[in-house]
Amino acid sequence: MKSDFRARNHPAYWAFLAHRVSGVLLSLFLPLHFWALGRALQGEAGLDAFLRWSEQPLVKFAETVLVLLLAAHLTGGLRLLALEFLAWRDWQKGLLAAAAGLTLVAGLLFLLNV
Amino acid sequence: MSTLSVSVWRGTESGRFQEFTVPRLASQTVLDVVTYIQRTLDPTLAYRYACRVGMCGSCAMTVNGRARWTCRTHVDNVAQGERLEIAPLRNLPVVRDLVTDMTPFFDKWAGARGRFQGGATRKDDFARVAPGSPARQLADAGIECIGCGACYSSCDVVAWNPAYLGPAALNRAWTLVNDVRDTGNRARLAAVAGDAGCHACHTHMSCSERCPKQISPTASIAGLKRATMEAALKGEI
Repeated sequence: MKSDFRARNHPAYWAFLAHRVSGVLLSLFLPLHFWALGRALQGEAGLDAFLRWSEQPLVKFAETVLVLLLAAHLTGGLRLLALEFLAWRDWQKGLLAAAAGLTLVAGLLFLLNV
Repeated sequence: MSTLSVSVWRGTESGRFQEFTVPRLASQTVLDVVTYIQRTLDPTLAYRYACRVGMCGSCAMTVNGRARWTCRTHVDNVAQGERLEIAPLRNLPVVRDLVTDMTPFFDKWAGARGRFQGGATRKDDFARVAPGSPARQLADAGIECIGCGACYSSCDVVAWNPAYLGPAALNRAWTLVNDVRDTGNRARLAAVAGDAGCHACHTHMSCSERCPKQISPTASIAGLKRATMEAALKGEI
């Protein structure tokens, strides 16, 4: 018999899910990222047109989500490194809260600069 | 008298839940509920317990979806709207009803070289291990495991990879790695360094979350990851 969501409903499992899902979504974004950068190879005009297109509010919103995903994946990775290499026992949930907090701070800073 | 509605797993892997109504009492444990059903309502119900006080590790079951010791779990703390769902531990073969076959669980303790291997004889003096020494402290952090299987039942990696040694066996290996009297660590580290060993852990921490003794097998597994890496770099494994 297998466990269901009730066995998995705890903060460290949510952190695992956030790290995994953000990683998968970022890897899906990467081809788009390289395609956008690749436009520079075909001349300035193409890239500028794309950058102007990216100024639209909906694209900016998507970029904010992207920044959140990047921050979540980075802080999630730092959390894992701390769990694997540092002597911890009781403060792992503090670490998790710090990762979530830093993710939100990164997202908000990006929004303030938009 | 108020009552409790209880769904109890019946049969083997392909069984079903059966409904029972049990009197609700003060300070009632989940084990009390199961015992009431077996003694009063249906004597064919199979379940397992021994000590009733959280020492033997034989009464762990899945209560409302989470692995727990039934003897130390008060109904007050887990009943949702005067309802309980009681099932056997996950990730283990079901013998019948609430009884699982613990053989794979304990075979993995052997697989992780969970047996103490001493190098001293009766002619040697007692080993002196300072209680405050770092190795003793690390061993102490995991030594209280009584082998109930709650962590093993909660681990997704065990469900994904049936060969995975699991949190309890790896925690046991880590306590021995930190036992300065043990002489079997090279073979032990080699045993836990494989595909089904410590490096397969995904750090979900469900084991640490569900351990009734508040042991953190995740911390022990992280220790094994570091120890195996160090041994590999030194060419020992």
